[in-house]
Amino acid sequence: MSTQPKLAVWKFASCDGCQLSLLDCEDEILAVSDAVQIANFAEATRHVEPGPYDLSLVEGSITTPHDAERIREVRAQSRHLITIGACATAGGIQALRNYRDVSEMASVVYASPQYIDTLATSTPVSDHVKVDFELRGCPINKHQLLEVILAFLHRRKPVVSSESVCVECKLRGNICVMTAHGTPCLGPVTHAGCGAICPAYNRGCYGCFGPKETPNTAALAAQWKTLGASSGEILRAFRSFNGYADAFREESLKHE
Amino acid sequence: MTPSSVQSILERSRLQDLFDVLHRRGYAVIGPTVRDRAIVCEELRSAAELPEGWGDLQEGGSYRLQRRPDKALFGFAVPTNSWKEWLHPKRLKLLDAHRNPDGSLRFTPGDEDDPPKLAFLGARSCELHAIAIQDRVFLGGAFTDPHYAKRRAAVLIIATNCGTSGGTCFCVSMNTGPKVNRERTPFDIALTELLDESGHRFLLEAGSEAGAVILGELPVRAATESEVTAAETLVANTANRMGRSLDTHRLPETLLANLEHPRWKEVADRCLNCANCTMVCPTCFCTTVEDVTHLTGDHAERWRRWDSCFNLDFTRMHGGPARQSGQSRYRQWLTHKLATWHEQFGSSGCVGCGRCISWCPVGIDLTEEVRALRSP
Ligand code: SF4
Ligand code: SF4
Ligand code: SF4
Repeated sequence: MSTQPKLAVWKFASCDGCQLSLLDCEDEILAVSDAVQIANFAEATRHVEPGPYDLSLVEGSITTPHDAERIREVRAQSRHLITIGACATAGGIQALRNYRDVSEMASVVYASPQYIDTLATSTPVSDHVKVDFELRGCPINKHQLLEVILAFLHRRKPVVSSESVCVECKLRGNICVMTAHGTPCLGPVTHAGCGAICPAYNRGCYGCFGPKETPNTAALAAQWKTLGASSGEILRAFRSFNGYADAFREESLKHE
Repeated sequence: MTPSSVQSILERSRLQDLFDVLHRRGYAVIGPTVRDRAIVCEELRSAAELPEGWGDLQEGGSYRLQRRPDKALFGFAVPTNSWKEWLHPKRLKLLDAHRNPDGSLRFTPGDEDDPPKLAFLGARSCELHAIAIQDRVFLGGAFTDPHYAKRRAAVLIIATNCGTSGGTCFCVSMNTGPKVNRERTPFDIALTELLDESGHRFLLEAGSEAGAVILGELPVRAATESEVTAAETLVANTANRMGRSLDTHRLPETLLANLEHPRWKEVADRCLNCANCTMVCPTCFCTTVEDVTHLTGDHAERWRRWDSCFNLDFTRMHGGPARQSGQSRYRQWLTHKLATWHEQFGSSGCVGCGRCISWCPVGIDLTEEVRALRSP
């Protein structure tokens, strides 16, 4: 039997983009599969090894009673559980339902809504079970994913900073779109990790990595107003992929 | 040849000669250019890349590139980035660690190469003062930084006297400009851009032997008395048009006597703790160290990168970060910059370049904060 740590990848309500980041590690994937035993990864292979697993990567949010049960089973079989992506860490874009009446929406969307068995909310995994580490992003950054797996393998803290996107923006040498162009940007309240891609292409940050440490969303929203953003625009900016993360949710509610 | 106060004139049309001489001598030229609607310092291949006819409008939280009525090349205040990124790199590999087959470890230094020879073209007086401050930080005292030292030694400084002041400049308050001063902050060549009915040209002055040698290779003529006077007047006018001012009288004592002032809370309510101010400040020098391991487990690297006192991890110890509130982080930044820096390094940590004001996304202005902190 293999002595390598067993890795499992689990999917809940999500688009699969985050787990695809693992397959996207083309240059490193072989080395990863040398270092860990990929025991359960439906996107890559039908072969499934039984649990328990040393490391579980969980993608997706909890949206059905079945999900809520299954995540407990996953937790029970996993020594370490790491959530990946905005869905698993914050409820994802589908958490927009949390601001509406789901049964009403289901009746509009589905011809036979009686077959829909869903929870009223889409919630992050950490609302249901203990999570050992949350990797942010919509989608996650594949280099950060590798870093997290590596840190796990070598029993060290992952080098994943919770500072602002602005720090990455300056390290990359971008011109600040907020100050130099007057473009509203979520970078100052958003968790680093993407490498400040959008400002590098003269776009404001969309907040894909969710709230940073100690985000001052109120002060940023006030500045967006000064730059001409409407309440509706501010609401929609905070209420996107990470719209159910505490800081973004609370700020969005102020602009309803 | 020795430096002299003799001033010479280089015509605008011959500025490329300066690039050619520098390139021949093995220097890469770092200077201002326009990118993404701002003036940034980057490596320039020729004089054609300089920001001809561009100026800037800087205010709290706002920077706008704008056309000038003339074709000045240095007709703006300070560029977005400062020279520190070439002397104190944003990211630097400190070491590689390898595991030998017998399990023992082998370490090799990560920054062994000779640094590139760089010519800083267009460094302003405030920026020379910022470099002098970082010289004290990295090269003063018992422990010096070899990475900074070798890069610093390979730099040639072609300074410029400011003919324009920005809306957020306050070098006059900090006694750091706008005229470069060889005694206080050495340079190799200083230039003043003259643009009037007699033409577009540069008044050059050698500040070092290396500068004099380079001047000797340029097609220059002696400056006339009226050109020297014109340059003096230009810089004097700049000094009279500072966009901001800061009262430095007993500033360290005043700030340290007001650590519980209600203004700290007010500014913290606005501050995003985004760290932009520290990234753009030419004197801020803090770094963190990060280790990366390779998948095989046989190789690891240790990297140093810029950090900021606005980040929580900056003060993280066992039990959590020491400066948890935004208020304590802003206060740390301002009091270090303007007060405790004096004790630590013998001068203020601020040279009045105004970058932290212009590039703060919410326009927090340290000169305004100091005014508020001075009033009870
Ligand atoms: S562009 Fe956005 S992320 Fe970049 S420094 Fe400006 S505010 Fe921050
Ligand atoms: S003062 Fe401005 S630039 Fe500095 S951390 Fe606060 S909001 Fe960011
Ligand atoms: S504190 Fe602000 S004005 Fe002073 S040197 Fe730093 S960036 Fe320039």
